[in-house]
Amino acid sequence: MALEFSPETYKNFEETLARYPKKEAAILPVLYLAQQEFGYLGPEAIEYVARLMGQSPARVHGVVSFYTMLKTKPIGRHHIQVCRTLPCALRGAEQLTGFIKKTLGIEVGQTTADGRFTLSEVECLASCGTAPMMQINDDYYEDLTDDKVTVILASLK
Amino acid sequence: MEKVLLRNIDVLDSHTLAVYRSRGGYRAWEQVVKDFKPEQLIEEIKVSGLRGRGGAGFPTGMKWSFVPKESPKPKYLVCNADESEPGTFKDRLLIEKDPHAIIEGTLIAAYAIQSNTAFIYIRGELAFGAKRLEQAVHEALETGYIGKNIMGSGYDLDVIVHKGAGAYICGEETALLSSLEGGRGWPKVKPPFPATHGLFGCPTVVNNVETLAALPWIIEHGSAAYAAMGTDKSKGTKLFSVSGHISKPGVYEVEMGYPFVKLIDEDCGGVPDGRKLKGVIPGGGSMPVLRPEEIAKVNLDYESVQAAGSLLGSGGVIVMDDTTCMVRAALNLARFFAHESCGQCSPCREGCHWMEKIFHRIEHGEGQRGDLELILDVSGNIMGNTICPFGDAAAMPAAAFIKKYRGEFEAHIEEKRCTVRME
Repeated sequence: MALEFSPETYKNFEETLARYPKKEAAILPVLYLAQQEFGYLGPEAIEYVARLMGQSPARVHGVVSFYTMLKTKPIGRHHIQVCRTLPCALRGAEQLTGFIKKTLGIEVGQTTADGRFTLSEVECLASCGTAPMMQINDDYYEDLTDDKVTVILASLK
Repeated sequence: MEKVLLRNIDVLDSHTLAVYRSRGGYRAWEQVVKDFKPEQLIEEIKVSGLRGRGGAGFPTGMKWSFVPKESPKPKYLVCNADESEPGTFKDRLLIEKDPHAIIEGTLIAAYAIQSNTAFIYIRGELAFGAKRLEQAVHEALETGYIGKNIMGSGYDLDVIVHKGAGAYICGEETALLSSLEGGRGWPKVKPPFPATHGLFGCPTVVNNVETLAALPWIIEHGSAAYAAMGTDKSKGTKLFSVSGHISKPGVYEVEMGYPFVKLIDEDCGGVPDGRKLKGVIPGGGSMPVLRPEEIAKVNLDYESVQAAGSLLGSGGVIVMDDTTCMVRAALNLARFFAHESCGQCSPCREGCHWMEKIFHRIEHGEGQRGDLELILDVSGNIMGNTICPFGDAAAMPAAAFIKKYRGEFEAHIEEKRCTVRME
């Protein structure tokens, strides 16, 4: 069955369009809605959004592939993103990533077999004063130590 | 010094409308709507000497004055909250702790150019900040500070919080506009400038969060009070995000012209654990690094930092102590730029990756004679040859690391290993 928004999300989509002076400007918020609903933006999701927005799938894919937060493949329930840029690197980001890799038994870019965690390294998250840090889904975790990370990961089911 | 930008952040619930108003919030906006003609407002900000805090330091009032008054097209005001410059976290603090100050500034700027639609473009990763801004916009809308016929003035303004989706380049104003238009975040050739051909080809002003957050204070206290602070050419106060090997990292507000060494040693407690300073980047990851002896007489204003051979940029101060491997630091930033290059201009798209590869092989014991000249050559060929400042931002730090720590780079190549232990 082809993908489509739930009635609730569809309503949200229409309200989003109404907020913007031009329809095409709403592409990022609409892609966020689609990602939330479908988990990731695979070819079918892209085609659906393209139809909704009156654009070609190629154009929508061009937008999706430009932004790191738009995912074209499924990821784990908790997406761990460790900042690796200089200020974090100066305060132990590499060790932090190493510790998470060891704890979860996965490499950067991989997802745990149970689909619980995906580990990524990302660029500066504007949290340099509280380095090292990571973002998991929407939340920031700052001033990290191995012990703190252990507690945080255990709390995420 | 009286705080202009951080005046509210330590107050409990500073993000709420009630607390913001109890501290004088929105009085400036009420005054602007009641007493100011747009051209008067532009003049007031010109006189204050306020310069854009996103990095370029362009005079704010002048930027506004380039918007054509008689244009039949809609005009747009965009608040640039896409803070992504390595080592910079000042805007995030304001967004989370004082969102109403940003919104009030956005309203004032929109009024100055008579825009009826304002966007706050916030980087997508800042989910909490976006929520705070959305709540604050909602509160301001309910109170009648935003909306139709604001406070009976006949002036309408809509404010839309728009989330980016993870792309450093969207902090560059024309890339931000491309993104907001619904495309890839690709910078555009200037001229034409956004003031005449911006969002959807309409007159547009893009101002940084910190710039806008200063406006309510300036209106309330007068431009003369603001201009009384700082130096001859750099007026007012500025936020500095201090990170890296420093005892007290954080966001500091100082008057322009404040001694750099004083900020690092006194306010921030210096380099910890009895170690020595090896280098410091004064204005975010895209600015050239300075050696300790170079910052001795530098003051934190646009002119003084430039005279020392770097740039004030975003005020992202990254401190590195004597355990830091400068090859690794250069590699880290080169990797950042290779990852973030938008791919439009070939010197940047190709050059950033080559610089990363060569730094990588030097750090990992595979450097070759001539590699340093090669990087300098690549960086020289990027400089000035791209349509946006990203190319320069990638090229400048790479060249500066080599020029200022050349011995260390040569030792890596000669000994075929990393000669400095990091961390």
